[in-house]
Amino acid sequence: MDIENIGFETINLGHGSGGELTRNLLDKIIFKTFSNPYLDQKHDGSIVKIEGEIAISTDSFVITPIFFKGGNIGSLSVHGTVNDVAMCGAIPKYISLAFIVEEGLKVSEFIKIVQSIKKAADESGVLIITGDTKVVERGKGDKIFINTTGFGAVHPNAHISVNNIKEGDKIIVNGYIAQHGMAIMSEREGLEFESTIESDSTNLNFLVNDLLDSFGEKIKLFRDPTRGGLGTVLHEIANDINKGVFLKETNIPLEKQVAAACEMLGLDPMYVANEGVFLVVVDPSVETEVLTLMRNHKKGKNAAIIGKITSEHPNKVVMESLIGGKRIVSPLVGEQLPRIC
Amino acid sequence: MKYLSEYRNLEATKKILDEIHKITTREWNIMEICGGQTHSLVKNGILELLPEKVRMIHGPGCPVCVTPLNLIDKAIELLEQGVIVCSFGDMIRVPGSKKSLLEAKALGGDLRILYSPIEAVSIAKQNPDKQVVFFAVGFETTAPANALSVLHAEKEEISNYSILASHVLVPPAMEAILDDKFCTIDAFLAAGHVCAIMGIQEYYPLVEKYKIPIVVTGFEPLDLVQGIYMAVKQLEEGKHKLENQYARIVKEHGNNSAINVIQKVFEIGNREWRGIGEIPNSGYVIKEAYKKYDAELKFKINNINVPENPNCIAGEILRGIKKPNQCDQFGKTCKPSNPLGAPMVSSEGACAAYYHFSNNLID
Repeated sequence: MDIENIGFETINLGHGSGGELTRNLLDKIIFKTFSNPYLDQKHDGSIVKIEGEIAISTDSFVITPIFFKGGNIGSLSVHGTVNDVAMCGAIPKYISLAFIVEEGLKVSEFIKIVQSIKKAADESGVLIITGDTKVVERGKGDKIFINTTGFGAVHPNAHISVNNIKEGDKIIVNGYIAQHGMAIMSEREGLEFESTIESDSTNLNFLVNDLLDSFGEKIKLFRDPTRGGLGTVLHEIANDINKGVFLKETNIPLEKQVAAACEMLGLDPMYVANEGVFLVVVDPSVETEVLTLMRNHKKGKNAAIIGKITSEHPNKVVMESLIGGKRIVSPLVGEQLPRIC
Repeated sequence: MKYLSEYRNLEATKKILDEIHKITTREWNIMEICGGQTHSLVKNGILELLPEKVRMIHGPGCPVCVTPLNLIDKAIELLEQGVIVCSFGDMIRVPGSKKSLLEAKALGGDLRILYSPIEAVSIAKQNPDKQVVFFAVGFETTAPANALSVLHAEKEEISNYSILASHVLVPPAMEAILDDKFCTIDAFLAAGHVCAIMGIQEYYPLVEKYKIPIVVTGFEPLDLVQGIYMAVKQLEEGKHKLENQYARIVKEHGNNSAINVIQKVFEIGNREWRGIGEIPNSGYVIKEAYKKYDAELKFKINNINVPENPNCIAGEILRGIKKPNQCDQFGKTCKPSNPLGAPMVSSEGACAAYYHFSNNLID
């Protein structure tokens, strides 16, 4: 998209007024990028058809910095919502897209974000069917906030519920944890460090779909450990089912550079955010097959069985450490903070 | 990973643990000084792998925990005066008498979380119309960088920078613990990183005076079990000497450049320890020549004084008299989300270690 033809370099309050400037912004950037039969009607909303049960999920994205290694707030806003719909055992089809822009945002940055939304949506197989753009005064936002809501049809084989989880079920993750959080951390003001760690932000819906196609009700649960990390999500599961979760630290996939960065900053990778990781709780009768399917898929190459559901220590997550000791994995309280020494 | 996976090796650790089991015949109380060691012991599940007779007592080496309550109130006062306050991360959730730094930030205070005090000097340079204060707490480990920030500010003639300093020293604290009538400690694991700066010379007199084994120890699981093994071996053999388990990092005379920087800016003086009280000659105070970088004098806040929460037994925890789970408030009225005292929120606090990693696992 050629910025010179847009006719303005920064977004100002007028672009959110609903008048001509808004129309200008929509026509030249939004409609042009996302053009599809639903959006092209330029109506107040869109009318769509989804067969059967529908899964709906919404999420707001307020990340700083807005551009980071491996993605930006735009791609993240698609992946986050697409994955949340997928975690319900559904196939995401449509998403809504709402921007809150702080005046002064460069149009070039806005276009970059819009284009990565388009790319992420195409890759995930979803259409943007409705949206909104508001502009707030400088100081009332943080460059740009995005809200997306996703809609999907529940997979016919899906029986996703914590209530289906039984003692002995296995817990599998699709790959390296803590990549996203550490990529962001490496670019935060005051904490910058040189690394090539990239955010793992990606769409997981096709792998989820394949798993449901092949294993149906043997898949008990999908969860994506975004904020709060793997530790917090596992703790929630243990609490929900009134059973214990037992993990082996040696089996948790952790890339070396990420492990080193966590050590350096004094952070526990179990609580660092992910955007391309999900865990699957499966019936032990299919654990090997599930693992094989995942490892053969490009979004699950480093999949690993990390633990199991147990009737011991109900409501608690216990992890066997690298040296054979045991520790509790408690939920994250507040934000993880860098240490003194 | 180099220097990480080797020291978290199951086989090597197990071998030494077996040796500890073999040589232990009596009950021994060993205090690990540093909160980082406490966390490693609990997080790696080492406590339950030790013989029952070897009891680890958790020491006072958590910089956040021993920083006096009134200092947090002073930092909050600075925020409320419009000063940019820069701090290490794990200081900001510690409760002051009315609120924490994090709460003061939410109310509009300009609080910056940094890894290095040198960055605070850069912030001062970028904001010449604002005052910038670094909350300079910690043991001997953080003192060199904090002192260096003052030297940088002096060199670059930055007059809007100062430090709110509360530096404490390990050896006087060990002496205070040993002099306590409730003390039951048979041996110490000295704090490896403090010794990396200061060397180990200061510990010879303690070994002699109190006839107690001291093993300078690192932080990885293998370091800790080896340090414990060396301490138990000395105790079983009736010996008391200073040993250095962490020789790959700690040299006899420490780090000369770091010590020189410390001595240029700081001198030894009396310090108040949260939960313990004032210990003579137990900390660093800013030297006369650098008083203009002392935030307490600059902003006239040295008269702020507030009482501790009477329900918090942090003092007994820090002196190793009680363990976190022996506190009536532990996990009930006192949790990381609503802490009564610093040991429950600091990343090196013993109460936080028990709460996060061993809740109900350790009796």
